[in-house]
Amino acid sequence: MDKAVRHFQEELELLLARLLEMGGLAEERVRDAVQGLVTRDPALIEKVKYGDEPVNRLHIEIDEWCFRLLALHQPMATDLRAIVSAVKINTDLERVGDLAVNIAEAAQRYASHPPVKKLIDIPHMGNVAQAMLRDALDAFVRRDTRLAQQVLNEDDTLDGLKTQVFRELLTYMLQDPSTVEPALDLILISRHLERIGDHATNIAEDVIFMVSAQDVRHHTAGGG
Amino acid sequence: MTPKIRAQGLSFYYGAVRALHDISVEILPNLVTAFIGPSGCGKSTFLRTLNRMNDIIPGTRVEGRVFIDDADIYRPGVDVVALRRRVGMVFQKSNPFPKSIFDNVAYGLRVNGMAGSRSELAGRVEESLRQAALWDEVKDRLHESALALSGGQQQRLCIARALAVRPEILLMDEPASALDPIATQRIEELVYELKKAYTIVIVTHNMQQAARVSDHTAFFWLGRLVEYDRTDKIFTNPAEKLTEDYVTGRFG
Repeated sequence: MDKAVRHFQEELELLLARLLEMGGLAEERVRDAVQGLVTRDPALIEKVKYGDEPVNRLHIEIDEWCFRLLALHQPMATDLRAIVSAVKINTDLERVGDLAVNIAEAAQRYASHPPVKKLIDIPHMGNVAQAMLRDALDAFVRRDTRLAQQVLNEDDTLDGLKTQVFRELLTYMLQDPSTVEPALDLILISRHLERIGDHATNIAEDVIFMVSAQDVRHHTAGGG
Repeated sequence: MTPKIRAQGLSFYYGAVRALHDISVEILPNLVTAFIGPSGCGKSTFLRTLNRMNDIIPGTRVEGRVFIDDADIYRPGVDVVALRRRVGMVFQKSNPFPKSIFDNVAYGLRVNGMAGSRSELAGRVEESLRQAALWDEVKDRLHESALALSGGQQQRLCIARALAVRPEILLMDEPASALDPIATQRIEELVYELKKAYTIVIVTHNMQQAARVSDHTAFFWLGRLVEYDRTDKIFTNPAEKLTEDYVTGRFG
């Protein structure tokens, strides 16, 4: 193996590690945002609301890195797919970070009202979304298409929970118009969590593409 | 699509050394087919079996068959000169004759008795130089020595010379490996233009070049054809581990 290539493989490993670090950060911010909502903890909410900078920095750094590797090494086959996947996963993770901010903002407004109800489904959604994100990133590291497929299957769970949250909150709003504002924020939060699940799904699809060159997006059957 | 060239169980020997093992492949017309693989993998040897250029190397032997338009070019009684007129070749090192630009292109026509009248000959020379994208650069100095041209121009002159006898197939053995990036780009653009009229087979060490110019790619390794597929497939998702290792540079 010649030197330039070893260099490329080393850089690729470092790049993927950096992407994982970003995934860890994004995941942590989702956890903190939901935790802040449930415990009505203003400090934790503020931390998420104003703490997007490290994720944004990594977003730019990883993009530039991918761009440089493409230009300088012109990778082929599995290496090419890894870099293209990294670019896409990077974008998904950055969006997850943004959604955590949106959740924190809604949680802050929600905390200024009396609680509408005891929160059960939304923390559950938070757990599912985080688990999907974690599994998608694990699948990425381990190049595990089975685990990636499991993430894809989980997406329906989140969609179901989101519908359930909406129906339940609708009954509260109909009974007591003073709950409309905080209930809408909860509905928004459930929507954000569902979007986070969608991003985890995108990542899982990218993992399948990276490993097997199969494009499973939009239920396409064909590959490569 | 009916294949233009079809090799069937082709093996090639340099004395006792078997350089090609049982190669079977179909090359389609009006496409560019690239042969890639490490040095000594047999890609150039195979290329040269397609117009029997190896015949001139003593002690060599061919087994198997090569069909061009369904006629076996190794059958007894084949006119090898006529074959090479149909299957032209361009080499790594441009090799213009120490003659004028005009005479280089006219050479094949004259020795093949295809020169015709003076104006017919001039017309064919111009047409060939135009096809090789060289005409505008040399039209005012056709009777100057070809050796005064730059490396890239000399290579395009050799292409014009090959095209003058109106071949059907053009074999190119590393046609741009001695050229700078700009001259290389011109050759690649030319290949793209020429495939409309010709079947082109190109041997290249430069994988990016194979990826850029070819429609199909064949990967050779130790005298065997490991994988042959659409070029985009070979470079994004090859089926064979050996191909994957080669195109990602993990070889050796």
